[in-house]
Amino acid sequence: MNWFHHRILPILVVVAAIFALWYVGSIGLNARWAYDKAKRAEISLSFSEMVADTWSQEKPKLPAPHQVAAEIWKTTGDMAINGRMFSKRSLIYHGWITLSATVLGFVLGSILGILLAVGIVHNRAMDMSVMPWIIASQTIPIIAIAPMVIVVLNAVGISGLLPKAIISMYLSFFPVVVGMVKGLRSADQMQIDQMRTWFASRPQTFWKLRLPGSMPYLFTSLKVAMAAALVGAIVAELPINQNGGLGARMLVGSYYGQTIQIWSALIAAAVLAACLVALIGVIEAMTLRRMGMKR
Amino acid sequence: MSWFMQSTTSAGLLLLVFWLAMWRLNVCLSGCQNSRVIKFLVPLIFGLTLLILWEGVVRIFAINPVLLPTPSAIAVRFVGSLPVLWADFVQTFVKGALTGYAVGCTAAFLTAVAIDRSPFLQRGLLPVGNFIAALPIIGTAPVLVMWFGFDWQSKAAVVVAMVFFPMLVNTVQGLQASDHMQRDLMQTYAASYPQALLKLRLPAAMPFVFNGLKICTTLALIGAIVAEFFGSPIKGMGFRISTEVGRLGLDMVWSEITVAALAGSAFYGIVALIEKSVTFWHPSQR
Repeated sequence: MNWFHHRILPILVVVAAIFALWYVGSIGLNARWAYDKAKRAEISLSFSEMVADTWSQEKPKLPAPHQVAAEIWKTTGDMAINGRMFSKRSLIYHGWITLSATVLGFVLGSILGILLAVGIVHNRAMDMSVMPWIIASQTIPIIAIAPMVIVVLNAVGISGLLPKAIISMYLSFFPVVVGMVKGLRSADQMQIDQMRTWFASRPQTFWKLRLPGSMPYLFTSLKVAMAAALVGAIVAELPINQNGGLGARMLVGSYYGQTIQIWSALIAAAVLAACLVALIGVIEAMTLRRMGMKR
Repeated sequence: MSWFMQSTTSAGLLLLVFWLAMWRLNVCLSGCQNSRVIKFLVPLIFGLTLLILWEGVVRIFAINPVLLPTPSAIAVRFVGSLPVLWADFVQTFVKGALTGYAVGCTAAFLTAVAIDRSPFLQRGLLPVGNFIAALPIIGTAPVLVMWFGFDWQSKAAVVVAMVFFPMLVNTVQGLQASDHMQRDLMQTYAASYPQALLKLRLPAAMPFVFNGLKICTTLALIGAIVAEFFGSPIKGMGFRISTEVGRLGLDMVWSEITVAALAGSAFYGIVALIEKSVTFWHPSQR
């Protein structure tokens, strides 16, 4: 009970406050249109009628949460029940497309990042020549080149999943490199000396000391990388109209002023991000517990 | 034809030899004494080698310039269209990104200080803020463009939305960074809350605050550029990138990317410099 008061209650209060602000905001932003409509129909609105109208418009400036929830249910659960789970209009279909690009890019990016980090830790020349560029490249808005990569790869005949995955990979490998380099170097001098007194070879030191020691760092950066990969996949879906994906859904929604559709895609992306990061969190907790690193 | 193949192969070999020679040079240099010059020289040689290899590969294997223009072509285009690039830079970076960055970071900082006295709100806002910071906020760009119109105001709004939560989380964490002994000492001095805040907790929070500020530099530029993909006046870096990609003017796209890279690095560098002078006492700066 104490735990509830201490941890859960504050979060619930903040979330409730956000929802309340959302409802108030949708009254404020949609009121003008409600009054305009009433004026044209030559009726006067009472306050409660106005509020009811702002929460049920078809193309509101800011849809109320329950409208978004209804739209999400209509395009996921409802369609799934009717056996149209993977129809082109369902959010599950679009989410699946984005998810597959994200995961592919994340896996490629993590592998690339880990390999680069191993090279950087073991080779001084590589450390000195590559590392400054990796750090410098973090200050560059990589996403700006996303549309170019998509179009160029399309021109060579590569389209679909791979170009999006490449952008996700590009965004997700930086955090992994930086985190892994830190992690592989986190073994302290005493432990390295101990390995030396045991006459351990370099690979042995790597497998038995450095790699296990880097796990907490690896998982922390994997979480960042996963979020970055999802952003990459969504942005990669923006530049040209492709067949599906949450980003494409947002773009189409913004073309036709379908605000409810944009918001439902946005919420779907948020849920996806939360699930993916939570998944890594679970794997992290399990791994660290088995390694005896977490009490 | 076979002559052509042969010359391509030998030129390719030449490039490979060049790469190996440069790498060897770097290995030698990095084995030398640790000095500032070498620390600067090694990455520079590496970068230049990459550029020369890029130029060589594109020329020798006759890669279509539509796919990958040479660095020299990009440089020519860059110098040739400076006024356009400058106008885009002002529109996107100065008006969109910088305004949004200033507003968003200030708002987040003030919010963090405001909720500082309420542990209840902090316990609620930290997890929620961390959660929101991990979300693809960039997705709100179409919505905000719809609300604030096509000009720079909507770009600044996207930037505010992107930088607010990372900055808030960092500042809240920073305000908790001073340790118990130090706070007890303040208590024994009978320091009032504002005094303790100004003289101990805010200075102690500065490394965290600057960490947030540095993360936000990149986010600001990304937000401003991506928001322009959803609609903008006929200038701006994101606008230029998306239209030139459509016309396959890749050399112009690369020029814009160069501008973005330079602006991003300079922005980050300036914040890092300010950090150095403000948090000179921190171990990582010594």
